[in-house]
Amino acid sequence: MQAAVVAPGMPHGTLPLLYTFHFYLFGFIAIISALLFVTRKSPVAAALWLVNTMFCLAALYVMLDAQFIGAIQVLVYAGAIMVVFLFVIMLLNLGQAGTISDARGLGWKLTAGAVSVVMLAQIFALTRAKTPINLTLPQGFAARQVEQTGAIAPVAGPLFNEYLLAFEVTSVLLLAAVVGAVILGKQRGDEHAR
Amino acid sequence: MLAEALFFSAVLFTIGVFGVLIRRNAIIVFMCVELMLNAVNLTFVAFAQSYGAAGQVFVFFVMTVAAAEAAVGLAIIIALFRHRQTVNLQNINLLKG
Repeated sequence: MQAAVVAPGMPHGTLPLLYTFHFYLFGFIAIISALLFVTRKSPVAAALWLVNTMFCLAALYVMLDAQFIGAIQVLVYAGAIMVVFLFVIMLLNLGQAGTISDARGLGWKLTAGAVSVVMLAQIFALTRAKTPINLTLPQGFAARQVEQTGAIAPVAGPLFNEYLLAFEVTSVLLLAAVVGAVILGKQRGDEHAR
Repeated sequence: MLAEALFFSAVLFTIGVFGVLIRRNAIIVFMCVELMLNAVNLTFVAFAQSYGAAGQVFVFFVMTVAAAEAAVGLAIIIALFRHRQTVNLQNINLLKG
């Protein structure tokens, strides 16, 4: 965050070296953790590596002037969602690795690798697309906005004005999800138990 | 930092796709989907820095949908496990033609 405050106003080439270094550091830790997550046999180890990836992504969000989203990432993703995953892993007693052969065969792996390479190439081609320059905000605008109005106001403004309807509909979605989860998780054959 | 963030996001998304394809454990496949959602979120945040904070609002919505999805999906996995005593996707082929 310290480095991100230094950044505004500077042209892109002269970002502080420390900022660039940390950006790459967290990015590559995220990628390595994701690779370890995909290759671990034990579901618990995989889940913990995924938590590590999410923490690194939170750091990247903070460096990209989205401090509030970074905090929400830690609270909701790394905190709540992954705890639910770990909870289910332990509830179903899947903690031991190797009780079932989990990874698919060599043919699947080669196909998956080929699909991944093609998809990566496609995404890189997409990221090279030119966007109109008049849509771009001036350099360091987001950091200045955070400095002037705090980290939450830039998110809260659009959320409660332009996207208010979507925000309200989200609550209905969450209610439906809660009801669905309760019904699916309800013990079948209750009358049998009675 | 936009190009770098897009690079990391693309790599993370691809790792997620790779994981979905090579794993058979339903819970890990599900976590790979979460990783893909996270990669998309990184793209949103990176673009929000240069194109306005609306991207961050979308990240907010994506996280809400991910939370709802995790609740329902894990409930489905628990129901499946109760029914079949396994979460191995190879043994769950009810819809296989």
